[in-house]
Amino acid sequence: MKQVITIKVNGDAYSLAVEPFQTLNEVLREDLNLTGTKLGCGDGDCGACTVLVNGRSVSSCLTLAVSVDGQEITTVEGLASGENLHPIQEAFLEHGAIQCGFCSAGMEMSALNLLNQNENPTDEDIRNAISGNLCRCTGYYKIVDAIGAAAEKMKKIKEN
Amino acid sequence: MKRTRFDYYTPDSVENACKLLVELGDGAYVMAGGTDLLVKIHRGVLKAKALVDIKKIEGIDGISYTKGKGLTIGAMARLTDVGEHPDIKAKFPAISKAALCTANTQIRNMGTVTGNLCNAAPSADNAPALMTMGAVLNLKCLEGEREVPLGDFCKGPGMTVIKKGELVTSIFVPDPPKGAGTSYQYLSARGKVDIASVCVGATVIMDGDVCKDAKIVLGAVAPVPMRAKDAEKVVIGHKLSTEILERLGLTASKESMPITDMRSTAEYRKILVAVLSARAIEEAAKNASKK
Repeated sequence: MKQVITIKVNGDAYSLAVEPFQTLNEVLREDLNLTGTKLGCGDGDCGACTVLVNGRSVSSCLTLAVSVDGQEITTVEGLASGENLHPIQEAFLEHGAIQCGFCSAGMEMSALNLLNQNENPTDEDIRNAISGNLCRCTGYYKIVDAIGAAAEKMKKIKEN
Repeated sequence: MKRTRFDYYTPDSVENACKLLVELGDGAYVMAGGTDLLVKIHRGVLKAKALVDIKKIEGIDGISYTKGKGLTIGAMARLTDVGEHPDIKAKFPAISKAALCTANTQIRNMGTVTGNLCNAAPSADNAPALMTMGAVLNLKCLEGEREVPLGDFCKGPGMTVIKKGELVTSIFVPDPPKGAGTSYQYLSARGKVDIASVCVGATVIMDGDVCKDAKIVLGAVAPVPMRAKDAEKVVIGHKLSTEILERLGLTASKESMPITDMRSTAEYRKILVAVLSARAIEEAAKNASKK
């Protein structure tokens, strides 16, 4: 039987009737048309589906939509404000950290999860933080560089 | 995608959760983080009729430490929260390490230490160190409650002593005695995210240079995490010399019962057991002297 949940996604409130077996990934992509969040392995290994729930990164493919009732969700669509990209997105572009783009949304959300907790991450911190996100194109170096640069950008914004 | 349909319940108390589990009967599963459960359901390994999500039960995600008594980890305490908890980092570093090397960040933000134990994988990262520290699980059902030492909890891969209608509500770890130190060591093919080929937990009680007591638990080399009792005897009563550590490793290797699977061959696991158990005892002794 469908259950009604109320969630906030990127600041917008939604009331949705969902089946208990529907994942958050499915509801975001199919019901809310927020297709920035990808579905990769469906087993919580590849990280392409990463979103933040109440500020913490989770695999949306292993999160039941009914279980996030009343909670706040941030997806990759919530990063930019209008035409202005988020510092993480800017850094990914500037460092060529995007090739096919399939992992990017998840990578950026994992980066956000890290930078929210750690303003000055070392390369090792960054590598640890994205160890649950697979990329088959870049070889990771450019992504690590981009997240390091994003940390600097975010610090500067905070200081000003 | 082929869909498995199931119902979903969020009881607000342990009593209501147990009631639901009894009423729903076969096909009802307890869900904490869901990171193992939903994978099994999606793959069709598990036929679930209903999920009983325990996250709305008040206080079940708590972590508390009382000096002189011990540490209580609530059933819903996430791996990240256990790994980052200041008391656990300070007093139980091996428990923190094991929690933080489980899976990846996203899974640690969802999954729980208790869930990792209840999933009962032979390779469970969180079992060995907790077992060597004498951890006890608290189980509740409508009839009452009982305590089960972690060492008696697993019955085989994916199998535990949990009865129908029963719920693990918390893990208790007694405060380590004077001179105690613990270590957790593991090795896996990729280093991160994947499952350990072999993992080892060790707790020693040192009296100066001499090892007064030792407990060693090996993971991923038997159907359940296993005590290496012969290896423990090798170190008890001795100084931890290079020779003793070498003998300890060989003995642990001999009593381990690994199989060959996608993660390692049995032969390689035997070698890993020798190296990691010696490393674990050495580090445990070092941690003991720090206190």
